[in-house]
Amino acid sequence: MNLKVEVDVPKCVASGQCVMLAPEVFDQRDDDGMVILLDDTPPAELHDAVRESATVCPAAAIRLAES
Amino acid sequence: MSASSADTLRRVVIVGASAAGLTAAETLRRSGHTGTITLIGDEPAAPYDRPPLSKEILNGAWGPDRLPLRTEADLDALGLDTRYGRTAASLDRVARTVLLSDGTEVPYDGLIVATGVRPRRLPGAPAHTLRTLDDALALKGRLGPGRSLAVVGAGFLGAEAAAVAADLGTRVTLLEPASVPLAHAIGEDIGRVLAQAHLDHGVALRTGTGVTEVVSGGVRLDDGSVAEADTVLVAIGSRPNTEWLTGSGLTLDDGLVCDEFCAAAPGVYGAGDVARWHNPLFGTSMRVEHRTNAAEQGMAAARNLLGARQPFAPVPYFWSDQYDMKIRAYGYLRGHDEVRVVEGSLTDRKFLAVYRTGERLSGVLAIGMPPKSIRPWQRSIAAGAPWGGALSALAPSAEATA
Ligand SMILES: Cc1cc2nc3c(=O)[nH]c(=O)nc-3n(C[C@H](O)[C@H](O)[C@H](O)COP(=O)(O)OP(=O)(O)OC[C@H]3O[C@@H](n4cnc5c(N)ncnc54)[C@H](O)[C@@H]3O)c2cc1C
Ligand code: SF4
Repeated sequence: MNLKVEVDVPKCVASGQCVMLAPEVFDQRDDDGMVILLDDTPPAELHDAVRESATVCPAAAIRLAES
Repeated sequence: MSASSADTLRRVVIVGASAAGLTAAETLRRSGHTGTITLIGDEPAAPYDRPPLSKEILNGAWGPDRLPLRTEADLDALGLDTRYGRTAASLDRVARTVLLSDGTEVPYDGLIVATGVRPRRLPGAPAHTLRTLDDALALKGRLGPGRSLAVVGAGFLGAEAAAVAADLGTRVTLLEPASVPLAHAIGEDIGRVLAQAHLDHGVALRTGTGVTEVVSGGVRLDDGSVAEADTVLVAIGSRPNTEWLTGSGLTLDDGLVCDEFCAAAPGVYGAGDVARWHNPLFGTSMRVEHRTNAAEQGMAAARNLLGARQPFAPVPYFWSDQYDMKIRAYGYLRGHDEVRVVEGSLTDRKFLAVYRTGERLSGVLAIGMPPKSIRPWQRSIAAGAPWGGALSALAPSAEATA
């Protein structure tokens, strides 16, 4: 299964939940803490952590498409 | 998920269709729950986000189309039995049914309570409150040059609304009974920093001023005088929506009382603003009205309903945008004994402050600091670090000035 990740940066509130859960996939900008997407098609072993990030993101800023 | 809970847990009912309820529903499906999930919410629309209501919606940067928490397609994929625009009127735990105000009975095997809070009001004439999309749109229509607004209560919500209103050219009076806004939550020094920001933006901040009622054309103050304003916003805190649980045998005490697993009773869980639970990380019962907690607790409640039995022990996270300040706080700051600024300066409104409760590090609050400065503190709080040890490891120079 493929998992495609998108982030809606203006929605991000810099909580850092995603970075804590999946540091291989998400980072935060230094100046304002906004999310940076490091890998938009993460490998299968990271899918659970990425799905959890999308669920807990307090700004609903992470969107996933599975194919 | 344990096999036994899968066998007996066919029908899950979630009451409250917002951040906590939706996250619970999504987590149930992701964890393999194949039975029905009924999501009951008294608002007419699909779940939407509230924090932007006092920020991007109120200042007009976003339209309501930016608010839904999930796309229609994502919601469809969850296969929910949604009952929007329906109100839960009571709970019968013996029959295991939720009774809706339209008379429908909804039976459940597992129940998640996520009914949130509603604004407290003042006596007297009608006034605005700010909790729903309709509230935000109604208030937005009253802001702008040539208009005046009195905001009662300088908590985070009142402060955000005052900031947006002032930025839009509204003449704003911000009324607060305490001598320093938010002092009990974030400490006097930082409360003063936020107060100064209001003054710098032309807001008439009146501290030490209680309001007794809303009158036509303004509000009556506790000295009997009237502060005039075309529009009044009452932002004096909230009450948990637990009336529908009265008589159910569940413990209600400023929220639905839950244990460290978010359980209120066998098969009944609470999540989000409505839930008061025991957070083992801080060793205390807490109820937090924070957006991140709603999602994390919705997830925890769903997993524990399915049998995970994991204690819910988060470091709460809160943010607030006021003027050009982005305030971010991790931890449980309430009831702290000491605040210390370890980086930056209060006068620049760019700093990192840490909080001590008893002998431990209990919180960190930052304005305008990079995540990499905040994160080590956040980790130390999550690890239950002692105050002295955390300071000497993370801010040796601040410790020396103690
Ligand atoms: C204007 C505003 C700004 C905010 N800004 C921030 C912020 O910057 N940072 C932050 O961390 N948090 C912020 N918050 C708080 C955050 O929005 C809440 O913590 C979050 O919405 C809680 O989600 P919830 O699902 O627990 O409850 P709610 O969002 O309150 O949802 C509960 C739902 O249940 C419904 N309901 C209640 N009773 C019943 C019933 N009997 N039957 C059926 N349905 C019922 C309610 O109508 C509501 O739709 C803000 C809140 C507001 C209002
Ligand atoms: S979890 Fe969401 S809000 Fe938090 S940093 Fe990641 S994208 Fe931003």
